Amino acid sequence: MTRNESTASRRLRFEIFRYNPEDSDSKPHMQTFELDEAPYMSLYIALNQIRETQDPSLQFDFACRSAICGSCGMMVNGRPALGCRTLTTDLPAVIRLHPLPVFKLIGDLSVDTGTWFRQMVEKSEAWMHAEQAFDPAASEERMDDKLAQAIYEGERCIECGCCVASCGVANLNADFAGPAGLNRIARFMMDPRDSRSDAEWFEIVSSADGIFGCLGMMACHDVCPKELPLLEVHAYLRRKVLASALADGGN
Amino acid sequence: MTASAVQFTDVLVIGGGLAGERCAIEAAAAGHDVLILSLVPPRRSHSCAAQGGMQAALGNCVMAEGDNTTLHYLDTVRGSDWGADQEVARIFVEEAPVAVRELAHFGVPWTRVRGGHNSYFIRGKRVEIDERLENDGLIMHRDFGGTAKWRACYAAAGTGHAALYAVDSEVVRLGITVRDRAEAVELIHDGGRCWGAVARCLRTGGHFAVVAKATVIATGGYGRIYGKYTTNATINEGMGAAIALNTGSVPLGNMEAVQFHPTALAPSNILITEGARGDGAYLLDKNLHRFMVDAEPEKQELASRDVVSRHMKQCMRDGNGVDTPYGPHLWLDLRHLGEQHLITKLREVFEICRDFEGLNPVTDLIPVQPTQHYSMGGVRVNKDGQAYGMNGLFAAGEASCWDMHGFNRLGGNSLAETVVAGRLVGRAVADYAAATSLDVHTSLALGTKHAAEQRAGDWLNRSGSGPDVYSIRDAMGETMMSKVGIFRTGDELTEAVDELTALLIDCDRAVLRSKVPGMNPELSFALRLKNMLRLAFVTAKGAQLRTESRGAHYRSDYPLRNDAEWLNRTLVRWAADAAEPEFGYEPVGEIDLPPGHRGYGSDERIEMYEPVEQYNSDAYERQAEHGRLASSEAPGSRILWGAWREHV
Repeated sequence: MTRNESTASRRLRFEIFRYNPEDSDSKPHMQTFELDEAPYMSLYIALNQIRETQDPSLQFDFACRSAICGSCGMMVNGRPALGCRTLTTDLPAVIRLHPLPVFKLIGDLSVDTGTWFRQMVEKSEAWMHAEQAFDPAASEERMDDKLAQAIYEGERCIECGCCVASCGVANLNADFAGPAGLNRIARFMMDPRDSRSDAEWFEIVSSADGIFGCLGMMACHDVCPKELPLLEVHAYLRRKVLASALADGGN
Repeated sequence: MTASAVQFTDVLVIGGGLAGERCAIEAAAAGHDVLILSLVPPRRSHSCAAQGGMQAALGNCVMAEGDNTTLHYLDTVRGSDWGADQEVARIFVEEAPVAVRELAHFGVPWTRVRGGHNSYFIRGKRVEIDERLENDGLIMHRDFGGTAKWRACYAAAGTGHAALYAVDSEVVRLGITVRDRAEAVELIHDGGRCWGAVARCLRTGGHFAVVAKATVIATGGYGRIYGKYTTNATINEGMGAAIALNTGSVPLGNMEAVQFHPTALAPSNILITEGARGDGAYLLDKNLHRFMVDAEPEKQELASRDVVSRHMKQCMRDGNGVDTPYGPHLWLDLRHLGEQHLITKLREVFEICRDFEGLNPVTDLIPVQPTQHYSMGGVRVNKDGQAYGMNGLFAAGEASCWDMHGFNRLGGNSLAETVVAGRLVGRAVADYAAATSLDVHTSLALGTKHAAEQRAGDWLNRSGSGPDVYSIRDAMGETMMSKVGIFRTGDELTEAVDELTALLIDCDRAVLRSKVPGMNPELSFALRLKNMLRLAFVTAKGAQLRTESRGAHYRSDYPLRNDAEWLNRTLVRWAADAAEPEFGYEPVGEIDLPPGHRGYGSDERIEMYEPVEQYNSDAYERQAEHGRLASSEAPGSRILWGAWREHV
C-alpha cells in the first residue's frame, strides 16, 4: 500500500499569504482556509480547490503540474518547494504558504521568476558560444555519451527559483548569480562545444557576485526539487577558477 | 491604460514554446524586430514537458541502420491514416535531421551512441547488440510507436526541456524581446489581412495592442477542453486557435482529430513517455497479462498511439482493468528494465512515479490510462505556415494544422515538428515582413483593444445568480471525455453537441464571484471559457459529421476508414458573432503514397473509387477555393514522387 491509499481523512488548515499590489485596498496579511484531505492531494489540487470553492481571487502559478516546468515554487512551512509535487500527506495538518522571497511579488503566491532568470542568463551569457556558424550540411559533432550525461545532469535545472529563495546570499545581494545561475555557468563550462577560454570564464564566475559570493551554507543543495548536485557544482567551479588563476599567475 | 498602449513591431510571435521561439530566431536573424508574447516565462512553456524524443532519420545506431527520410515519410503518412498532407510530411522528414543537429549546435546534450557492447529490451526480450565503434559519439536513437526503425533522438527523458532551454538561450542571445505573462485575446484584422493582436497583461489585467507586419500563432494545443482528462499543462487552452477561429476568415483544420496518449499516470493524468515502451516496458491487464501481444502481434506495445489507446480502452471495457474509486486503469511494467536504466535514460519517469504516487518503478507496477494528449487540429496553414484566408497571419507547431500528422501523429514527430516548422515558417515570416510595410490605421488596433476591454468590463459588470465559470469548465471536460473520446458514436456526439450548446448559453449568463482589480484569476479564466467552449463545440460537431473512422477519430458506428468519401480535411470557420460554425472539406493534398494498410490496426477499409490521378488533378485548386493562399513555391513542388516504391 502506498502512502496515498490511506483513507484516514484529515481536516487541513491552510494559512496563505495574501497581497494584491494592483489593489490599493489590499494589505499584506495571512488568510486561513480549511479543506478535507483527499488521496493523492498535492498543493496543486488543494490550491485550485480553494480558489474554485472558497476564494476566486487567490493568485498562484501552476502550468505542467508534473514538476517539469518550474512555475510553482513557493514557501511551504518555511521551506521552498514545488507546489505541484508537494503532497499533503507529507505535511502536518497546518500548512503555511508564502511566496518565494528574492523574486518580485506579482500577487499572493505568484512571483516573477521569469525576469530574474532572464537577467541571469544575460549577465552570464548562458548560451552556447560556438566557434563556428551552424553548417546544415554537416553531420553532428561527436560527443562521448558519458560527457553528454554529465552535461544533462546540470541541464536538468528547471529554474523554479527554490535554490535562489533558500540562499542567504541571494536574499541580500541582488547581483549574486545564485545557485541556479552558477549551475548554468558550470553546465556551459564543461561543454566542449562552448569556445570560451578559461580567462573569459574567470571574468564571469570569480567575483563576489559569482562563486566567491557563496558562503557555503548549501541550503540550495537540500531544497533543489530536481536533486541537482549543487555541492559538486560549486566545488567544480571553485576548482576550475583556482586552476585558471594559478595558470594565469604562472604566465 | 490609455490609448498610447499600442506597440509596433515587425513580427509578433504569440507563444513562447519551441515552435514560436524557433520562428522568432529565424525572423530576428533576418534583421526584423520581433516581439514574443508568452503566457508564462518561455522556459515554462509546455514544450518543456515533452519527454521521450524527436524523430529524425539519422540512422546512427544498429537498430536504426538503413533508416532514411523516405522510411520516416512512410511511417508518418501511415501513422496519419492518410490524413496528412504528403508534401508537408516530405518537407518535414527531409528537414528534421538538420533541425536536430542544429539543436546540438545550440547546446542540447543529446544522448550519444556508445560504441561496443550494449544491452536493450526489444519486444519483450533482452538483446545484446554491439554498436559500431565508428558511430561512437553520434546522436543515439530509441524506439517509438509506429516506426520502422529506431529513430527518436533523445536527451534522457527530458528532450523537450533540453531543446526548449537551448532555443530560449538563442532567443536571449539575439536580444529578442519577450513579454511574459501576456495573453493574446484578439487578432487585429480587417477580414483579409492581420495586423497583430491585442493582448491582456496577466500581471496587471490591462490590455495593450501590438501592431505587426506579420503575426505568428504558436500557442500549442487545446487539451484543456477535455478538462482534467489531459496530459497537457493548465496553460494549453487553445487560445491561439480560438482567436483565429473568431476572425471568421481563418479555418481550423481537423479539430476532431484528437490524440489520446496510452500512458497517462492514473489518476493525475501526468504523462509517462512513450519512450518507456520504446525502451521495452509492457502494458499489463489486471491479470498481469500482456494483452497487446495478442492484439498486435507484430508491433505489440509499439503500435501507433490511437491503436494502443483503443486496445487499452477495450481491455478495460471487457472488465480486465484494475478497478479503483477513480475508475479503472491498466498497468505499465518497467521493472525488467532495471534500476540503472530507470534512473538514467528514464529518469524523469522514475521521478514522476516516485513524487506523485510514491511508487518505485524498479519494484512497483505503474497505474496508467489513455488520456487526451495532442491536438492534431489547429489553424489551417499552407506549406509556408501562412494561414488560410488571412494575409500576414502564420501558425506553427501544435497550434497549427500544417498538416503532417493527419488523424494521428507519431510519438516524437511533434517535438521535431516544432523546430522544423519554426525554421521554415520563420523564414516565410521574415520574407513576408521584408516585403510589406506597416500600412494600417491605428484606429483598427484601438478599436480591437476597446472591444477586448469591453468584454472584460462586461464580465465584471454582470451580476445575478448565474453559474460559476469553473463548473462550466468541469461539465465541458466531462462531456468531451465521455462523449468525444477514444470510442465515439453518432448518438453520443449528438448529445455532446447539445450539451456544449447549453454550456455556451450558460457561459453567457455565468457570473464572477471575484471583482478584484489586477489580473483577477477568475476573470482571466472567464475570458477564455467561451473560446474553449467554441473549440470544444467544433471538435464535437466535426466528429459528429465525420462518419468514418480514421486514426484517432474512431466511430464505433462507422468503424471503417472510408477513402471513398472521407479522404479529406475538415475545415471549420466560425466568426465570433455568428450563430453556427460552417464546415467544409478540402482534399488532403496531392497523394503520392496511395491509401493502404498502416501495418497495424484494422486492415479493412472502404477504398477510393476515383483513381489517385483524378484526385490529384484538382486537389490544389479545391484547396484554393477553401482559402489556401499562394506559397513561396508551387504546391506539390517538394513531393518526391514515387520515392517510396523502393521501400515497400
